[in-house]
Amino acid sequence: MSMPESAVPSAARPAERAARRGQQFACTALLGLLTAPAFPVAGPGLGQALSAAEVAAININVFPNGAGLPPGRGTVAAGQALYAARCEACHGVRGSGGSADELAGGEHGLRGNPPDKTIGTYWPYATTLFDYIRRSMPPSAPRSLSDDEVYALTAYLLSLNGIIDEGDALDAVSLARIRMPNRDGFIPVDAR
Amino acid sequence: MRASKEPQTESDASRSTDQETPARREFLRRGAAAGGAAVLAGLAPEPRAAAATPQWMTRPGQPFSNYGLPSPHEKSVIRLIAANSAVSGNGLSWTPLQDLEGTLTPNGLHFERHHNGVPQIDPAGHRLYLHGLFERSLSFGIGDLLRYPMVSQQCFIECGGNSNSGWNEEPLQAPAGSLHGLASCSEWTGVPLTVILEECGLQPDAQWLIAEGADAAAMNISIPIGKARGDALLALYQNGERLRPENGYPLRLVLPGWEGVLSVKWLRRLQAATEPVMARNETAKYTELLPSGKARQFTFVIEAKSVITRPSPGQHLAGPGWYPISGLAWSGRGVIKRVEVSTDGGKTWIDANLQTPALPRCFTRFRLPWRWNGESCILLSRATDETGYVQPTRAALIAERGRHGYFHYNAIVSWEVSEDGSLSHVYA
Ligand code: HEC
Repeated sequence: MSMPESAVPSAARPAERAARRGQQFACTALLGLLTAPAFPVAGPGLGQALSAAEVAAININVFPNGAGLPPGRGTVAAGQALYAARCEACHGVRGSGGSADELAGGEHGLRGNPPDKTIGTYWPYATTLFDYIRRSMPPSAPRSLSDDEVYALTAYLLSLNGIIDEGDALDAVSLARIRMPNRDGFIPVDAR
Repeated sequence: MRASKEPQTESDASRSTDQETPARREFLRRGAAAGGAAVLAGLAPEPRAAAATPQWMTRPGQPFSNYGLPSPHEKSVIRLIAANSAVSGNGLSWTPLQDLEGTLTPNGLHFERHHNGVPQIDPAGHRLYLHGLFERSLSFGIGDLLRYPMVSQQCFIECGGNSNSGWNEEPLQAPAGSLHGLASCSEWTGVPLTVILEECGLQPDAQWLIAEGADAAAMNISIPIGKARGDALLALYQNGERLRPENGYPLRLVLPGWEGVLSVKWLRRLQAATEPVMARNETAKYTELLPSGKARQFTFVIEAKSVITRPSPGQHLAGPGWYPISGLAWSGRGVIKRVEVSTDGGKTWIDANLQTPALPRCFTRFRLPWRWNGESCILLSRATDETGYVQPTRAALIAERGRHGYFHYNAIVSWEVSEDGSLSHVYA
């Protein structure tokens, strides 16, 4: 179903914004006397307001401080069962030896030859696991896992990597609190 | 110093990409076969038949077509594909640089890197959503964006993983495009991202934009606000026509000069934030492990590089005589100022001619006529960009980065010409 692409300004648009746009067009018009630009430098202002509920429905980013983590909870044990059913075919038993990326089983760390870049040895943030599994995995049915299931799978993979214990469970608070071993292993180069 | 020219081993092939290896081996096998057909004329010109009226002058030609296709005689000029055995939409395809000339890549041959297939998006059901640290959270339809002021910008897009077989201990034998063709160059047309950010009103503490695609991987990645407010483009057109599905239809972010993973295809969402999201593709991948055990992260800018596309492996010189040397150079930092070519393994260098205008952050074509004397020799090219940066030797790059960085390999490329006129990839 298509959403309307209304040229009519949205009712939710603040008056302040219209005033600012008025200013921009005024500037352009003034400039126009001198240089006659072919089109306004600002856009025609067709953006439609997004409600907080709409943002909540589409925002699946999870940040290192835990922002974006949903309610829910999952145990390592539940994750182990889910992993066997939905992940193992590609990622292998206990996270290694499959057709897809190794998720565990790193033996000789980051200075070996070749180095073992697994979740436990390389990933700087545990929240990345939740963010990635929820949005991308499994490839045949992305977004099919419930939040509880994603917590459980995240917990299982972290336990395979020796980050948490087999009896543990994860939720938004405990996941954001995890400090990964390679947390300080990165040098930002062009992050400006 | 020259490494041996043994054919590539299975372990080399598997090390050169994180994709499934049988697919890649199959691609290499087919690539070598396809490239082997190309014979470059030598001292003796091509054989010919006696002059006569060709059959296509004696009968009417084909009728009009709604959308033109290449000649059937060019059917070997294709992207070669390597994909995961269990996830056919996760993989890549290379631009056949060895078969192309000039600087613009035809749309159907632009390289691809997809994480879970090419979504077939109905533009009427696609919107761009902006939220987070903005004064106003807004969304835009494609029809809306088509009414905004547009600009056109030519630039290359290169995958950060391009050329990564160069880190292998032995040189991989494959056509130039299959080694270095995760790079392509187009004219992109669309709305400057800054116009849309302005409409939403960025808050002062917004330092990053988290971009997300509408594919089945919902690929997300963090972009510094400076680039977003600079030359970032919301591209709707590529080389004059609307984007192809595999290049992000109906909307793609284009960040000129920066590694391709940031030019998010099928762009759907931009969240303004104080920090990067630390997505899988900016932590586990697209970071470069150094010998120290630390890794370079957010290595966005593509440094200068160059490659001779003709003659190159898979092609064959028919005998001593004149041949054009032709290749591509590019730099994410701006304009290519100089490309030097060596035909003696780097002992002497000569400046190649640069096709003009040499545009910033674009493929720049270099050419040099060359007379091959029939002896074995090694061809190299070396690019210098407007900052004075000179493309490094492989030894220098490895001395600085080690061999396990995987991404951002931009060392000088060496092709050996054998006495029989065949070409191979060597480390010279
Ligand atoms: C059909 C095969 C398949 C299945 C099933 C599968 N994956 Fe994956 N997985 C992949 C592939 C292929 C990749 C690499 C994707 C890419 O490079 O874009 C991947 C990547 C990953 C990664 C990132 C690894 C890294 O080092 O970057 C994680 C984590 C992951 N999968 C978790 C899971 C979980 C959890 C499940 C079960 C719910 C699962 N996968 C099911 C194929 C699969």
